[in-house]
Order: sequence, then structure tokens, then C-alpha cells
Amino acid sequence: MALKHVNAVVVGSGAGGGIVAKELAEAGLSVVLLERGKWFTSFDDRKDDLRNQRTSALGASFGPDERNPRVYADNSGGEHVIPSNHWAYSNNAACVGGGTLSYGAMAWRYMEKDFRLRSTYGAVEGSTLEDWPISYSDLEPFYEKAEWEIGVSGDDSGNIFCAPRRRPLPMPPLAPNRGFKILEPAAKRLGLHPFPIPMLRNSVPYNGRGACMRCRWCVGYACEVNAKCGTQNTVIPRAIETRNCELRSECIAKEVVTDERGRVRGVAYFDSTGRLQEQTSDLVVVSCSAVESARLLLNSKSRLFPNGLGNRYDWVGRNLQGHSYTGAAGLFDQEIYDDLGPGASIAICDFNHGNPGFVGGGLLANEFLRSPYQVVTGVAGEGIPRWGAAHKDFMRRYFKRNMTVMGPMQEMPMFESRVQVDGKVKDAWGIPVARISGRHHPNDLLGTEFMAGKAEAWLKEAGATTTIRFHWTFLDIPSGGQHQAGTCRMGDDPKTSVVDKYCRVHELDNLYVIDGSVHVTNGGFNPVLTIMAIAYRASENLVKTWKGSHGRA
Amino acid sequence: MHFTMAASAELRRMYSICVTPPRDGRHSLCVNRRLDSERVSFVESRLTFSRRSFLQAAVAAAAAGGVAVGCGKNGTPWRFFTVDEARTLAAVTDQIIPPDQDPGASWAGVVNFIDRQLCGPYKALQQTYRKGLTGVDQSSRGLYAKSFVDLASEQQIDVLRQLENGKAPGAIWKQASSSEFFGYLVDHTMQGFYGDPRHGGNREGVSWKMLGLPYPPIRGRQQNAPKQKT
Repeated sequence: MALKHVNAVVVGSGAGGGIVAKELAEAGLSVVLLERGKWFTSFDDRKDDLRNQRTSALGASFGPDERNPRVYADNSGGEHVIPSNHWAYSNNAACVGGGTLSYGAMAWRYMEKDFRLRSTYGAVEGSTLEDWPISYSDLEPFYEKAEWEIGVSGDDSGNIFCAPRRRPLPMPPLAPNRGFKILEPAAKRLGLHPFPIPMLRNSVPYNGRGACMRCRWCVGYACEVNAKCGTQNTVIPRAIETRNCELRSECIAKEVVTDERGRVRGVAYFDSTGRLQEQTSDLVVVSCSAVESARLLLNSKSRLFPNGLGNRYDWVGRNLQGHSYTGAAGLFDQEIYDDLGPGASIAICDFNHGNPGFVGGGLLANEFLRSPYQVVTGVAGEGIPRWGAAHKDFMRRYFKRNMTVMGPMQEMPMFESRVQVDGKVKDAWGIPVARISGRHHPNDLLGTEFMAGKAEAWLKEAGATTTIRFHWTFLDIPSGGQHQAGTCRMGDDPKTSVVDKYCRVHELDNLYVIDGSVHVTNGGFNPVLTIMAIAYRASENLVKTWKGSHGRA
Repeated sequence: MHFTMAASAELRRMYSICVTPPRDGRHSLCVNRRLDSERVSFVESRLTFSRRSFLQAAVAAAAAGGVAVGCGKNGTPWRFFTVDEARTLAAVTDQIIPPDQDPGASWAGVVNFIDRQLCGPYKALQQTYRKGLTGVDQSSRGLYAKSFVDLASEQQIDVLRQLENGKAPGAIWKQASSSEFFGYLVDHTMQGFYGDPRHGGNREGVSWKMLGLPYPPIRGRQQNAPKQKT
């Protein structure tokens, strides 16, 4: 039996899709929200330090599971079929809420220059660096909406680099932990401008949910008391309450279906019992995050769109980027560990822009509380005993006396860093999987070196007796990861971008991509609040231009 | 964790065993610490068995006063390892995290942890371990003319250093990288020692106690745990 026609199908219920579903449903459109994962609650999350979204040694707690391989093509011609806990997989949680169920929840606004990198720094050789077609001020009202509707705590009045905001954050920051108290005066002595990190986390009761209880199971886990704000506990329930939105979980989108006139007709998907269904709709919103959104468009081939949707000029899947994380670990004589979650508490934005010798930069912040195994893997390198009696002594001495400062370095987009679909490898539903390949731009390495040095200096000023620099960026590997972005670039020129400034695919008037894929560049910040702001902005425009089911969407 | 492993004399003294009724066709076997422990809750080591291994475990439980009964397919207490492999691995992991004032890796159940993961998430590494542990003995015979478990501690450390540097002798290391295998050994030992006890290692949360981390590990749950009279 054919499914009842609806106004909109939203594929993916993460930071972008959850918001779009709610905005459309509140405006009176009938919406089907498809999600490939399950709807987890914190009670399903076994706070397992070897099996979570942050440390996936034994698997990822919120998926995707082994039915979803990907292919990683290295730069020496090798191809590898990889599981979701492989470093090159670019895993993002597959569940209702997507990454927002288990994220660390930093709520950053990008800075004004982050939208104008090309005009600020000029063209960068070997990179497709470009300005966004929208500016910070276009997005500002929607940042504010995200901060108040989803819920952000913090206080960035001490951040002199912050772009202007009209309204303060709705909740105060959490009380400082020990790391904050040590790092704050040190930063000030260095002439830096420290402030509490804005977080999508209730510091006081808000929106009908309680405050953070400061437990140690935060990033990588579902919140035990539902104080972490994601789309799964804010906008998605509200979308469902309107009675206009139906959430269908465990549904695997196969392709976006088009008609003979070249308009989108709906989405073909496998339901939770494995049956192929087609949900017809007036418009389709793709919000599956950078790797999967590109894969879905590329897998939607037809006579009119032989290379997939939105891909006439071969830009879908290009410019895959994430962040080059960099920083330093410091060893102290005094105890730092106070078991007071989430742990990450203080940041500086002094090095986001205007650094000598390279383009961009990023924030620096202290790290979340680390489990013992995370300390073993995270505080490693030259001079740190890897095994034996010395290792055990090291752990006893320094497990509570170490602190890491790090941050996401803005990456230069690369045309050859890309997502393709692999003709040979298919997932458990017979859908061609994503094939990831690419490399980093040399600028990324320059930036990571510089920022690691700044992290080191901050830690030393705070009293670290030893510091160990680290970065995980190597030129010859692709970027991506949990901050994946860029694969359906937003732009005014259909020849060099995939969607317009309202996230509509250039060549199809009723197909939208609304998630991190549209980011032209990814900022020196965790991207989630920007994804949310873009979703609010695109939804508002979509509702404004909506002319009813029989008009053009 | 295979029950027979836990049924050594010392552990029998420390634990009481309760078998809960079957649910969903599966039986669960709880191992509870006796009252001499500082915490009564040992829920992390609640084990779920299939019907078959439940029956085998029940036999083992019945035989707890006598000789330990093997319940693995290969006639050993292990899922994957042979008895010799497990002995070698125990000695290796006890050099990676040696016992001192705090228990070492093998006491914490790291061999059990690895054995379990090799039949789960690390299935693809079975042959790496089978060959690698043979290689450890080849290296040890090549260097000191004895099997690894029979070496003095300093000699064991020397063998492991050579494995780590990729310089250890042995036919197997002509096909496989000894430093790569050593990397697995170190990483998996760390996981088994410092990771959650539910995976079969870190017995009684021993590493967390060593590091001074409150256990059980969720803030807010501790005050709800039953009070213990000592």
C-alpha cells in the first residue's frame, strides 16, 4: 500500500534535520522525519569507557553498526573496507538526535572572519578556499534562536573576539572546576582573554529539564539526567507534539526519487523491517551530515541526473573537511582531576585569526574529563613510558595530575578530498557505500604547530612541569571526522557550489541539503551551533516561500 | 568471563554465586562479592550465558568444590586461546603492567578480556594473536633458549623490547611485523586493565582503585548503593 503523500520528507534527525522537522511542522506542513538509527534514552547507554562515541575501541554505542561499512582509499592506491570505529570512517552517531545525543556540546558561534576567509587572507594555492555567500550578521538572529530554543549556558562577555550579539546566553555557566581555576589566571598573566565555554547543557533547570549533575560521563555518552541539550530532547519532541510530524526511526534512505520533469518526488527507503518503501512528498530535505548526505545525493541517479542529484558540475562530495585538532598535554605537581564533569570549562579565542604565517586558526580549550584508558592513549609520546613498571608508576603519579589544552584548527578545503560512492562495496541493504579519499593542505600543519605551541605556553604558565605537544594531522590522509563538513558547498554560482544561500540545491527547486555539508569553511570552532543556525535560517525561508502542496515549494 | 576461571580456591572464598531464573531464553549468572568487600555491588560482572554455556557453567558451579571443569570448545577454559597461549599471554601482559603494590594485568583478567574480544569485536585479529604468541616463544627461544614463561623477568623484558623495536628473532617475524603485534598487545592490555570490568578485565575495578577513582563510577549513584556493614 502506498504511503500517504506528505509535504516534506526530512532525512536525518541530527542537529540540522531535527530543527527543520520542527520548524516545518510548526508552520503546518506535514513532515516525515526519517532516521537510520534508534531513539535511545540515557537508560540505554551503559557508560562504557571502551564502547562509546568518543572511544570506540570495542564499537560505537550509538552506531552505525557493522552493517554500514565504508571504503577508505589511501593515496598509494590501496582501498580498505573499514568499520565505523576506523579513524578514516568519519563516524557520526546514527540515532535520533544524531551527534547531539552524545556530543561534548560546545556551542560556538563562528566569528565574522570565518565567513570571509578568502577576502581576509586571499586565495590559497591548492585549496578551494572561498567566502560564504552569507555573512555573520545574516546568521546572528538564528544563532540566538538556537541558543534559546535548544539551550546554551555560558558567559562570553570576557571574549573580546566574539562577534556582536544582541542577546546574552539564556543560562549562566557551570561553576568552575579546578582546571578552570588554574588556567584562568595563567591565561590572564599571558595577556590572553579566557572565558567559560558556551555549552548546549543546562546549568540550571531549563526547558522542562534539570541541570547538569557534573558527572564524569559526558562527551561520547547520553546524558544520565537529560541535561545535555540535543535535538532529541528539544525540537524533535516539539515537532511530534504538533501532530504534523511523524518520526520513523531505523529507516535507511536508499535514494531521493525524481520524476520525469526533473523534480524531486520523494524518498525511497528501507523501513525497520527491511521493506523498500517510497514516501512521496512535495519537497525533500537531506540532513544526513557531510559524508552520508553526499552519498545519498550521489546514489540518487536517474536518466536526467546520471551523476546523482545536484552534481552537474561534480561538486557533490568535494571539499570534505573536519578539523585539525592540536594542542598539548601538561604534567603537574598538583592534582587537577576533580571528577567534576564535563571537564572542558575554559577557552580562549586569541588565536582564531591574525596568526603569523598561515591562514585561520582555532580556539583553545581544556579537555573533557578523561577515563584512565583515554589518559593512556591521550597523554603519550616521547618521554612518556608506554609499558612496564615505569608506565604503572606514571599512571599512579599523573592520572590526576595532567591536563590537556587543545582546539580545532580551521582546515583549508581541498577539491580532491572527497566522498564518492563505491560501485563494488554495498551495505547490508545493498546500497553502495561511501568511499572517502583525500589529503590535508600544508596550511593545516602550519596552524597545528603554531597552536600546539600556544597550548604548551599556556600550560607552562599554569605550572606544568612537563608538556607534550600533539596533533593528529598528517598531510597524506583525508580529513572529516565528527566535525565533517563541506561536501555540498553553499554558494551563489551553480558551477562552483551545490546549494544556494538558503540551502536549496541549485538544479532542483524542491530539494534541500541542511547540515554541515553546506559549510564553505568550517571555522576554528565545533560546528554544531552553526549547523543549527543554518537550519533555522533555511527553514524560515522555506516556510516563507511555501505556496502549498500544489504550488512550487 | 568463564566461570571456571573465577572458581579458583581464592575466588570461591571471596564470591558467592547466585543463579537467577531464565529470562528471554537466556540465563544470567551473578557473581557477588562476599561481605568482606567494601562494596556489595558487583553488578558489572553480571554475566549472561547462552543456554549451553549456562549448563556448562552450572556444572562448573556444582564442581566448584573440586577440580575446575573446562567449558570452552577446545577443552580449555578459554574461548579462543589454548592453555599454553594463555600462559604466554599472561606472562607478557604481566610485563606490560606488572604486579607490584597493586595487582598486575593478569590478576586483573586481561587475558580473559583479550580472549573475549577475540571472539567479538577483535575477531579479525585471531590469527594475528595465534601467530604472534607463537612468535613470542620463537623469539624467546632464539634469544635465551627457553620458552617465554620460563624466562627471568629481565629476560622477558628484553624479549619484549626487541619485539617492540622489530628486531626480535623468529621465523614468524619474517612474515609479520613484531612491533605491530606488540602494539596490539600493549593497547589491548591497557584496555583490559583500565577499561570497564564488564568486558572481562579490570577485575573489581582494580585499576580505578589504584588511581583513586571512585567506584562504582557514576556520581549520584554512590549514595543510592546499599550501605555496607563491616
